[in-house]
Amino acid sequence: MKLLRVRKDSYHDSVFLMLATQELKSAGGVTEAVVAMGTDMNRDLLSGMGFGGPDLDGSGPNDLLVAVEAADAAKAEAAAAKALELVDRKKTAAAVAGSGLSRVGSLEAALGKIPDANLAVISLPGAYAAREARKALDRGLHVMLFSDNVPLEEEIALKRHAAAKGLLVMGPDCGTAVVNGQPLCFANVVRRGSVGVAAASGTGLQEVTCLIDRYGAGISQAVGTGGRDLKNAAVGGRTMLLAIAALAEDPSTSVIAVISKPPAPDTARAVLDALARSGKPCVVHLLGLRDPAMLGKPASNVHLASDLEDCSRRAAALARGESYRPVEWDLPEAEIDRIVDRESAGFAPAQKHLRGLYTGGTLADEALFLLQPLLGSVWSNNQTDPALVPPDPQVSVGHTIVDLGDDVFTVGRPHPMIDPSTRTDRLDKEAEDPSVAVLLLDLVLGYGSHPDPAGALAPHLEAARAKAASRGGRLSVVASVTGTPADFQGLEDQRRKLEAAGAVVLPSNRQAARLAARILQKGAVR
Amino acid sequence: MSAEPMNTKPVLNLFSGDLKVVNLGLEGFAETLAGRGVPTVQVDWKPPAGGRKDVIEALDAIARNPRVARANAEALSRILAGKPTLVGIGTALDTVPGMARDLILHAGPPVAWKDMAGPLRGAVIGGLLYEGLASTPEEAQSLAASGKIRFEPCHHHSAVGPMAGVMTASMPVWIVENQAFGNKAYCTLNEGLGKVLRYGAYSQEVLDRLRWMAGRLAPILAGALALRGPIDMKSLIAQVLQMGDEGHNRNRAGTSLVIRELAPYLALLDEPKEDVSKVFAFLNGNDHFFLNLTMPAAKCTVDAALGIEASSVIATMARNGTEFGIRVSGLGERWFTGPASVVEGLYLPGFSAADAARDVGDSVITETSGIGGFAMAAAPAIVKFVGGTPEDALNVTRRMYEITVGENDAYRIPALDFRGTPTGIDVCKVVETGILPAINTGIAHKEPGIGMVGAGLVKPPANCFMDAVLAFAEKYGE
Repeated sequence: MKLLRVRKDSYHDSVFLMLATQELKSAGGVTEAVVAMGTDMNRDLLSGMGFGGPDLDGSGPNDLLVAVEAADAAKAEAAAAKALELVDRKKTAAAVAGSGLSRVGSLEAALGKIPDANLAVISLPGAYAAREARKALDRGLHVMLFSDNVPLEEEIALKRHAAAKGLLVMGPDCGTAVVNGQPLCFANVVRRGSVGVAAASGTGLQEVTCLIDRYGAGISQAVGTGGRDLKNAAVGGRTMLLAIAALAEDPSTSVIAVISKPPAPDTARAVLDALARSGKPCVVHLLGLRDPAMLGKPASNVHLASDLEDCSRRAAALARGESYRPVEWDLPEAEIDRIVDRESAGFAPAQKHLRGLYTGGTLADEALFLLQPLLGSVWSNNQTDPALVPPDPQVSVGHTIVDLGDDVFTVGRPHPMIDPSTRTDRLDKEAEDPSVAVLLLDLVLGYGSHPDPAGALAPHLEAARAKAASRGGRLSVVASVTGTPADFQGLEDQRRKLEAAGAVVLPSNRQAARLAARILQKGAVR
Repeated sequence: MSAEPMNTKPVLNLFSGDLKVVNLGLEGFAETLAGRGVPTVQVDWKPPAGGRKDVIEALDAIARNPRVARANAEALSRILAGKPTLVGIGTALDTVPGMARDLILHAGPPVAWKDMAGPLRGAVIGGLLYEGLASTPEEAQSLAASGKIRFEPCHHHSAVGPMAGVMTASMPVWIVENQAFGNKAYCTLNEGLGKVLRYGAYSQEVLDRLRWMAGRLAPILAGALALRGPIDMKSLIAQVLQMGDEGHNRNRAGTSLVIRELAPYLALLDEPKEDVSKVFAFLNGNDHFFLNLTMPAAKCTVDAALGIEASSVIATMARNGTEFGIRVSGLGERWFTGPASVVEGLYLPGFSAADAARDVGDSVITETSGIGGFAMAAAPAIVKFVGGTPEDALNVTRRMYEITVGENDAYRIPALDFRGTPTGIDVCKVVETGILPAINTGIAHKEPGIGMVGAGLVKPPANCFMDAVLAFAEKYGE
């Protein structure tokens, strides 16, 4: 029994509707459910699912669609009613909770409320985001563009427009920033300090700011640029270069840290030149850069870091006026050896593979780059080598690192940092694979993220470990937590929950990846 | 890549000042910031123009023309400069430009007899009977259908009419002059509630009342008015907004003020006491008497803003029971129409939504001029129409500031700290925000001859605003 309900002029953001869809699908007797706005794409989807008809044809992007397929008419009606109730509850909750938050219908009206607003945070559907961003720039606001799916030409046009006015466009696809001590979108509560960060990488920025906090330094500003800013030669690092120029002049910033995937060569040179000109000590980490020589010899004030942790340690040392010294492990070497011995004991003969299930894209990349030289071929949907991209992203091959934030996993679902079920579903699948020896996980805390990601993972980890034991083996789980003690989820609490579920928890993604490799290697020797 | 010097000042200002954020999209981001004490405004965003790409492009093209903002400022200043003044009462045929014996004026955009809805048909029948052009309703219908009678909008004759808005040659009309610009507007006298012509009723009782109004009420009022001299309507409307009227669905304060203004002069007239007393009783028994004065006052005020090159201010909104239509200043006399909506409202005892006709009437000229639904915050007595609480009424008015060019300098709302009412509806803002004008209205029975069944709020059709934006962009887009 298929049922479609259309509620006219009732706009809701997609993340909320995806969560409602998830909740509806778990209701008894419901075989299929979609709660979505009537965009062209969603209408095509529903039409393909057999919900076509005059109601669907008559709907538009401002109309809320509730499509349910259920065992019988009563169940379908009940489910549709429940969906609308969920939607209304959110509205009521927002009305109550949001009493301190002024609400208006347009950017212009918002500027009537706070005429001296200086930042627009935009997380609208990509097709509209650029337009609102342009309006914000026209009104002299800096822009943080969380939205993805903004066309490249739009990004270039926006950044040109912004540059003429000296305004920042953080993004598109910029998930995190810390401005004046305030965490924006997905960001952690970090100590204020003198390290200025500019990053073309979301979870990279989160990991680095959290580790700098851990090493006793703090953040003056952390600017996100969006991934294409440096990678695409036509964008040319416009946001990054403006951020560096401003951090160079900012009296509260004494050290500049830059994080990015390898930029387009001209852009890399421009970034390094800008850092050299800043005259301040700078640390640069370019993830997965195979040939540092391509950068030429950096200026004396510019230091290249080998990974996110190294970048953080160097920046913290510079900020604290201490001399930098590389650190392999936070724990004593002997303790690491003991952990490796313990974790590698008891693998069944078939247990040979590592599976990394990541919610943070940059953290997945870092694990991939760290593990590849240690383990040989590592498969991943983030692989730059197409030969090592798994043919079916839902199925692991050998050693696999999965970036679960990839679009293939997030169609119709919120990002796995918000909705842990994408990862727990995959984890349940990996648990059925007798070849898995080590699971490698990230856990990203902070605003925007799930309130209890460790709690959501724990029962699935326990079940997976029990499955491995029932096959006569042992599943080793290694994780790192990106967060600070000030994050609302509680860094300690999350760490303890993971440990109680049998995981070894390390303070950085680098150390977690390294430890996972050692456990695997040691297990193979036995 | 060259190392041209960069303008870092705005970013350094961001880094050194306090963060103040406008959040468009996921509410959680705004809640986080507000919870941390960062001044944050959440935009309840909707896809502009209902997501229609062509209309969004039109909006962008219009935004690129700097003349539009200047022209809208001019339109607003003309509306604010208006000085509507009640100057007299005349007969339609002698007074209303272009009026003729074979002409029936009606509310809303143009509509042919065959397309007219029940209340308008009823009022046309009543009008023909009243004029003696037909002697039975059946005869009136065949005459209306014969093509011998012309139908034109009141708006094409500097006039406005509530509900069906039917005006015929021998009806008495109020004459209101905009003394700032010299233009005039005309409107019939209000008949009261229940079975009345403007709701499509045409029984003998209705016709008798109309004849009494023309024969006794109008001459007596005209006499009093002549003694009194012109009445400044702007000042009266400003007062009623501070006495609990919003100028459209509540007219109790306004009607009372008119009685006060005229009473000393009514007493001086050399007319039979019984007739004068009946006039007083009629005014006192009809809370909406003032509406037919507010409407021509609003009409002559916004008419001064029609036809300004490059202005996207809405100069007319009106409904004929079949269609809702608007006219935009910079596009002159051209109508943009959409299907008239069903009114969401409260019903008189014995009636329900099933009895309701679609939205009808020129009374939405009040909203066009910045009162009515736009001044909902002024009228706590009728908040039941908008959700039930005074806060709901305040929010209706607050929202309207998002679609208007400016604020009224004469019409002010006590509950909003005497803020001026939202005035000068910009069709581009309506389409950009998806916020439709808030319109108060009465509800007529869908069958001719029955009359008023309730009152409420109407949501105008979005497409006429979008069509207007497309046409506007064609003429003024860059």
